[in-house]
Amino acid sequence: MIRIDCPFCGLRDHSEFSYGGDASINYPPLDAPAEQWHDAVFLRENIRGRQLETWQHTSGCRMWLNVERDTVSHEIFAVWPAHRGYGRVLHAEKENTE
Amino acid sequence: MTARRLSTGGLIDRTQAVDFSWDGNPLQGFAGDSLAAALLANNQRIVARSFKYHRPRGIMSCGVEESGALVTVGDGDRRDPNVKATTQELYQGLVASGQNAFPNVRFDVGAVNNLFGRFLPAGFYYKTFMGLPPFESGSGTGYWMWCENIIRKAAGMGSASRAPDPDHYEHGHLFCEVLVVGAGPAGISAAIAAAELGLDVLLVEQDALLGGDLLGQSDAQASRDELLKALAASGVRVMNRTTAFGLYDHGAAGLVERVTDHITQPDPNLPRQRFWTVRAQQTIVASGALERHIAFDNNDRPGIMTAAAGRHYLNRYAVLPGQQIVIAGNNDSTQIVAMDMAAAGAEVTLLDARADIGDSTALKDAGVQIRTGTAPLSARGKTLNSIQLARGLPGAWQADEKLDCDALLISGGWSPVVNLISHRGARPQWNADNACFVVPEEFDGVRLAGSAAGVWQTQACEQSGRHAAMQAAKALGKTVSEAPGVSIGGWQTPIEPLYEINTEGRKSKAFVDLQHDVSSDDVRLAYREGYVSVEHLKRYTTLGMATDGGKMGNVIGLALMAEALGKDIPAVGTTTFRPPYTPVAIGALAGRSVSEHFRPLRRTPLHDWNLTQGATMTMAGLWHRPWYFARPGETINEAYIREAATTRSSVGLCDVTSLGKIAVQGPDATEFLNRIYTNPFAKLPIGKARYGIMLRDDGIVMDDGTTWRLSETDYFMTTTTVNAAKVLTWLEELLQTRWPELRVHVTSVSEQWAGCAIAGPKSREVLSACVHQTRAVSNEALPFMGVIETALQGGIPCRIARISFSGEMAFEAYVPSDYGPAMMDLLYPQAALHEGCLYGLEALGTMRIEKGHVTGAELDGRVSIDDAGLGKMASPNKAFIGSVLRQRPELMRSDRPQLVGIFPKDRNATFNVGALLCAADEISGMGEGWITGATHSPELGHWIGLGFIKGGVDAWQSKIAVAADPLRDQQTEVEIVSPHMVDPSGERMHG
Repeated sequence: MIRIDCPFCGLRDHSEFSYGGDASINYPPLDAPAEQWHDAVFLRENIRGRQLETWQHTSGCRMWLNVERDTVSHEIFAVWPAHRGYGRVLHAEKENTE
Repeated sequence: MTARRLSTGGLIDRTQAVDFSWDGNPLQGFAGDSLAAALLANNQRIVARSFKYHRPRGIMSCGVEESGALVTVGDGDRRDPNVKATTQELYQGLVASGQNAFPNVRFDVGAVNNLFGRFLPAGFYYKTFMGLPPFESGSGTGYWMWCENIIRKAAGMGSASRAPDPDHYEHGHLFCEVLVVGAGPAGISAAIAAAELGLDVLLVEQDALLGGDLLGQSDAQASRDELLKALAASGVRVMNRTTAFGLYDHGAAGLVERVTDHITQPDPNLPRQRFWTVRAQQTIVASGALERHIAFDNNDRPGIMTAAAGRHYLNRYAVLPGQQIVIAGNNDSTQIVAMDMAAAGAEVTLLDARADIGDSTALKDAGVQIRTGTAPLSARGKTLNSIQLARGLPGAWQADEKLDCDALLISGGWSPVVNLISHRGARPQWNADNACFVVPEEFDGVRLAGSAAGVWQTQACEQSGRHAAMQAAKALGKTVSEAPGVSIGGWQTPIEPLYEINTEGRKSKAFVDLQHDVSSDDVRLAYREGYVSVEHLKRYTTLGMATDGGKMGNVIGLALMAEALGKDIPAVGTTTFRPPYTPVAIGALAGRSVSEHFRPLRRTPLHDWNLTQGATMTMAGLWHRPWYFARPGETINEAYIREAATTRSSVGLCDVTSLGKIAVQGPDATEFLNRIYTNPFAKLPIGKARYGIMLRDDGIVMDDGTTWRLSETDYFMTTTTVNAAKVLTWLEELLQTRWPELRVHVTSVSEQWAGCAIAGPKSREVLSACVHQTRAVSNEALPFMGVIETALQGGIPCRIARISFSGEMAFEAYVPSDYGPAMMDLLYPQAALHEGCLYGLEALGTMRIEKGHVTGAELDGRVSIDDAGLGKMASPNKAFIGSVLRQRPELMRSDRPQLVGIFPKDRNATFNVGALLCAADEISGMGEGWITGATHSPELGHWIGLGFIKGGVDAWQSKIAVAADPLRDQQTEVEIVSPHMVDPSGERMHG
């Protein structure tokens, strides 16, 4: 069982989360050429080591998170909100309370 | 023989006699006994029969490593097979019996296998019965499976009860800063030291008593009491009868607590076992070490056990295992055993394979006969009565004289229990000086202490525990004084590796893995046949694959393979330890998630109302939904046909609450919907609904539903019942990860609204009699696809859309959930005035199949929007999710399976959902398509279906297809028609 430190809720079991996918993908505009969409949807690295991935805290705050995880050891190096605006608000909130 | 209970000593309570039954015979033990101790005290030597050869087996250890005394405990629906008698606590009325034997373990006809043992080497069954001529061509597997059936009956273990488990189990969760596994000298010392540093400590011990090795020592009572007193004062949380069976990532540990397995008549409110998930910041594994056996001829005879076990039975249970005891080993640990046995009055001979065993004055003073350079070559007797000795020569053994004895205690060295830290990925390293595998002291927050780390002496183990606690505290940010570490080892005279004893050319039956009857010859056979990798050796011989997980035999097997290969043990490697450390009952894993609690049950707010109207319910995903409303004497078929016909001719009401409902709100909601739906939403007016289809990125259909525009910034989206959660997650993903600039909130409101479909030509009349203002639902106020927010009579807030799934003029009305029954109490009497009815899922399905409306059965994740016949809904004038990849050439082929309607050629015939659609001249393989829905159509008067077939209607204009159902051996000739089988122009809906 791996545990993920949700920036909104705190450290929680992975069973509260759903795995999303590759967080390093930049999805092209909706009308981009088929080749770009093909690459974004179908091409994936099979990384041994540090990987950027998305998880959703489905049984918690429902926030989508970016997680940097080692695929071998499951060590998690960083977790931050996928939505930059939420990330900024959270950061400001934390600074205020400190 | 000869094993007997002593009149004094031990940790048993002689004032409490305990009656139990063994193989139908009443026996007696004392409170504090294990079943094995009580059997031994009653001089029961043969307690089991072996797996393959049905050899007699006795008690061989005193713990979880037991590979001999596997018994069946309990009877009836509580029969539990393969229980280790050494770990089962004795209780009043316990019923136990031997297994894998007929008629009993003392006389077993299956033992004939032993006579043919040389014909039953490793891999015998596979070699003999798989691919046996004349069966070898192709059908070998089938023949093997037939043979396997019989083989399994002969070679086997206990059989479980077939009745449902009468006990219940619970799941629990625990948190701590430091988890300590094992309450021996090292574990208790570690726990106390960590608690004294202010840490929150949880100490778990698989045994009923704390103390570990101290329990088996003759003179440790005082120091044990002292440790336990300090432990009680330290504030450490202690759980006994609790096994840490696995360590997992990020400090998680799995525990099984045996709550009632030792109680005669437990409180029925107590669970039998509890499954705990622990999250620990640091873990200290003080799981001890297990004594190894040695391979020699007949080393499995009842009367042979490990030396430490013998000492444990003597000092903990006051059972002397024999009168003439031989102790054989290769390390210092046997000496104290010999002295304890001699002190208890036995005649003791100590054999040591080493030439030099250091200072033996104390042994001689205790009256122990000592023979150095000597080891057992062969055991004699069905139960042990003597042994043949072997004398060590340089590089070989030579047969020596015979020695009478009734107990033989063996120590082949010690294996630290590194299983738990290995679960985390630490690789055991061979330590040649101590002839055992050890693991680096720390691995990812897990630390070893005591003999689990290869530290042998009690004082050193305590020191090692304190050191581990300091290190754990340091890792948690505490400032600690440096406690000196303890180095591995601790023998006065070095151990000399000893795995097998035999003389040149002598035939022997020397077991490596006793539980699976794997002998040293089997290991060599595996080598000769090329299975030289450890992993192959394990699978070919089944070495280490029994319920003890190779705790006693693995190292011997590795050593023999290394010898055969002419390599060192490290070059051969070790197999991977995996959880669980000891077997875990499936019931404990399942916990409360059994029978009706196996998965959650969802009920609509109309559930009770539906039941009072005579609904028969069915499962739709997690939902309980009305299936049909039978009138007295009606069958399901009669009921659904009546319901569908009534709805089409007059009016029907249906609970549609389970549809997913999502509030899509915000200034950019319109833009958002326009991107996720294939059809245009940019110009949907307020007060209108639109049917929409959403695709996945790859262009395959994800879901469909209607979305209602309530205001400039507020939409009410419905999804299919099954995809409600998936769609919400998808919308959240898009908004948070891809389009953070869109100011939109999505919220699940599925539980907030109770929904009812009012369908049929009389639907408006019914609805208008129930709403606050009749005009609100007139054709002008509420045209097809119109939406209003209004109130029902009595002021019940209500939102209504004129949308249709049935194909009739129809409305969906939603009220806040608590008003659901009140809504039905308004609607149903009005419907009854028009001879209307309630309808369930079956009639709903009938009507949607007649109309060719798709559901999850059709949108199965393989279907493109064109395949579903809805290509017109993909806007060519905008980009949307999936708009690019849906145009992949493969998805645009005209010969893809497409949605069609299906009529039986003979209108009296029927076909089944799931049947394959085949060309009439080629009924084979996967066919040309498949059937997704089938029903009797009241409207058409015959059986109809929906399905997919290559090329769609156009390709099958004048051709007959066959609905082939090989499972039910049914074939029906069918015509392929348009999926819009009833009212294709949609006049009724719009009317």
